[in-house]
Amino acid sequence: MENFINIFIQSIFIDNMIFAYFLGMCSYLAVSKSVKTANGLGIAVTFVLLITVPVNYLLNRFVLSEGSLAWASQSLGGIDLNFLSFIVFIAVIAWIVQVVEMVVEKFAPALYNQLGIFLPLIAVNCAIMGASLFMQQRVGDVYHSFGDILAFASGSGIGWWLAIVGIAAIREKMKYSNVPKPLRGLGISFMVTGLMAIAFMSFMGIKLIN
Amino acid sequence: MSSNNGLKIFTTPFNSGNPITVLVLGICSALAVTVKLQPAFVMAISVTVVTGFSNLIISFLRNTIPNSIRIIVQLLVIATLVILVNEVLKAYVYDVSKQLSVYVGLIITNCILMGRLEAFALGNRPIPSFVDGIANGMGYGIILIIVAFFRELLGSGTLFGIRIIPESWYVANGGFYLDNGLIILPPMALIMLGCIIWIHRSVNQDLQEK
Repeated sequence: MENFINIFIQSIFIDNMIFAYFLGMCSYLAVSKSVKTANGLGIAVTFVLLITVPVNYLLNRFVLSEGSLAWASQSLGGIDLNFLSFIVFIAVIAWIVQVVEMVVEKFAPALYNQLGIFLPLIAVNCAIMGASLFMQQRVGDVYHSFGDILAFASGSGIGWWLAIVGIAAIREKMKYSNVPKPLRGLGISFMVTGLMAIAFMSFMGIKLIN
Repeated sequence: MSSNNGLKIFTTPFNSGNPITVLVLGICSALAVTVKLQPAFVMAISVTVVTGFSNLIISFLRNTIPNSIRIIVQLLVIATLVILVNEVLKAYVYDVSKQLSVYVGLIITNCILMGRLEAFALGNRPIPSFVDGIANGMGYGIILIIVAFFRELLGSGTLFGIRIIPESWYVANGGFYLDNGLIILPPMALIMLGCIIWIHRSVNQDLQEK
């Protein structure tokens, strides 16, 4: 349980997807012009992360990593399918995004109207793929149970959500400031993100429970 | 294609159509690998290879891919190429491939690839598409190398691992010089890219927003 909380807090504040790893920057910059749409995309990313990372974890645990096929038959125990992980992960992500889109459209039309345009964008969001790859890299080393994986997935999603809502709010305010002409739009967004990242660095080293 | 047109396809990505500073594509991986020149250089070459060949392959297939499933076909072509690149990197430059860690896999979700496939390869003949892919990869790479040059020089005092600032200048050896520790941390990559955009847009005034 303690490990669970630590991983959750760490993925939100210290290993923040945007500020520490620059993942999902493309949609982060493109969709952060207003807080409302940024919020929608943040929810969608968190939602999709919470499904794709555990599914990819199970695939990694039972199909892809070395010797993991032993549960099926003894003779398959020596097989290492690790080299296939990129193609499997991206296929799973594209597939889940499609399914989520259909399910949300059917059962929650109101949510679909909010998220609709963002869902297809998410399939190529680096944050989603990145989370699965980090999971694969750290599993067994940092993350030991399915609960840890869930904590990592939700923490990363919420961290990304926090970052995009933050930058959107700043960009809304920035409309009224006198930014040098060549910096307007993209340039100043980078610099503000850099300053936000410096602020987030102050969380470094926090551990809630030892 | 006339040679004039071919030249234009080749040169646009270096200036007015640069994938990073103008089109805002592929930033996710651009920032994380620029602490040192060597990984940035390897990353630039890998992305150039993948953009070039994915453009070529999709351009050959452009009349046979059904429109409704083109995204998944594109993703599979890209993922296969990235797996090849990853295996080659692991075989020949293992140290660098360890440093690049998940960012090699993230070439799959690099928006430059999908962007160029959608915008160029689906509507053009194979040879111009290949040139467009290579040029965009190099336009991306040049920004990476500029950022990495300054970050390695100011942050570690080396270039490609070769010492540029003499050892005897350092405070530890009785000199006057200290490396800038901040510049190798994530936030400075963002701020430095902001500065590059600033300079680029001061020169090309028609790129300025609003």
